[in-house]
Amino acid sequence: MCTVCGCNEGAVIEGAQEHGHSHDHPHDHHHDHDHHHHGHGPAGVSVPGMTQARLVEVETSILAKNDGFAASNRRVLTALGAFAVNLVSSPGSGKTTLLCKTIAALGDMPLAVVEGDQQTSNDADRIRATGARAIQINTGKGCHLDAHMVGHAMDELALKPASLLFIENVGNLVCPAAFDLGEDAKVAILSVTEGEDKPLKYPDMFTAAKLAILNKVDLAPHCDADLDAYEANLRRINPVIEIIRLSARTGEGMEAWVDWLRAGLAGKARV
Amino acid sequence: MMHEMALAQSIRGIVDDQARAQHFSRVKVVRMEIGRFAGVEKSALVFCFDVAMQGGPAEGARLEMIDLPGRAACLGCGEMVEIDDRLDPCPLCGSGQILPRGGDEMRIRNLEVE
Repeated sequence: MCTVCGCNEGAVIEGAQEHGHSHDHPHDHHHDHDHHHHGHGPAGVSVPGMTQARLVEVETSILAKNDGFAASNRRVLTALGAFAVNLVSSPGSGKTTLLCKTIAALGDMPLAVVEGDQQTSNDADRIRATGARAIQINTGKGCHLDAHMVGHAMDELALKPASLLFIENVGNLVCPAAFDLGEDAKVAILSVTEGEDKPLKYPDMFTAAKLAILNKVDLAPHCDADLDAYEANLRRINPVIEIIRLSARTGEGMEAWVDWLRAGLAGKARV
Repeated sequence: MMHEMALAQSIRGIVDDQARAQHFSRVKVVRMEIGRFAGVEKSALVFCFDVAMQGGPAEGARLEMIDLPGRAACLGCGEMVEIDDRLDPCPLCGSGQILPRGGDEMRIRNLEVE
């Protein structure tokens, strides 16, 4: 990993220049990355009975670096009055289809999309086919997006003021929970074919989420899905989670989702 | 790849920074605090730690992990309580409506170095 800006060579960001693989070129960051946010504890605390050995106090969160990049992304979004959602789910929950329909429903509202997948630009291609701006991040072997990758993608997207930013995370209900990207809200998408007990099996993600979208509700009668049981399990894990029942295919629930996004954006409006 | 490898690489970054700032060349013990709700699989982290430390000051170091309790705010009685599992009811009033508050720490406390 590059110690100058923390570039992870594993991730490839579409459109980004050759970046981060050499330390002797200038790094052109448009936003202020904070590289020294961890404290240096007092050195040389002596340990009795140990010659030469000493204890170095660190007291640093191991996610401090990511959290610093996330704070930087958040400052950029706040300055723009932009509202960012981090869409998290299992693979195949219908995130990209939901996004395409959402973009159509939002009309000419300024928005941009960051797509995270291990491989291929298929999802970004699908988003761009709607006319929206999208950047694909391929994480390679990585199982989640981190705040540093998203910061670079935001630079490439050159967000307009009062935009919506959709960050479609790698399909994975485990790892993305721990990595703050600077978003305003994590939105968990859960399709009704996945099983009512999924929130109980992957509690970290549903605890971290502000909103859960229960997707593919048009399929519920065909797979004996009990929507009330889904909601009860979501609230058992997270008593304050908001829930929208939705079908990207039939359009049911889309209005509530779009209203939720508009309200979030209004809350970020610059005063 | 699990996120434990990303965590181990973050630990490596912090150790390398500290080695430069505090002038040490070898780390014997990395002492961490991990909250019960941090979502860390400890055996996976130990495996990734050994790999990520190779070629650096903490190669061969021991990873010591101190458990921190899970804490939650109970919406039933309004108290802050300690719980072992996210699905546990409130130990004081039995309410199932509890919000995790803390217990997601992942911190390096200190390093034993020479």
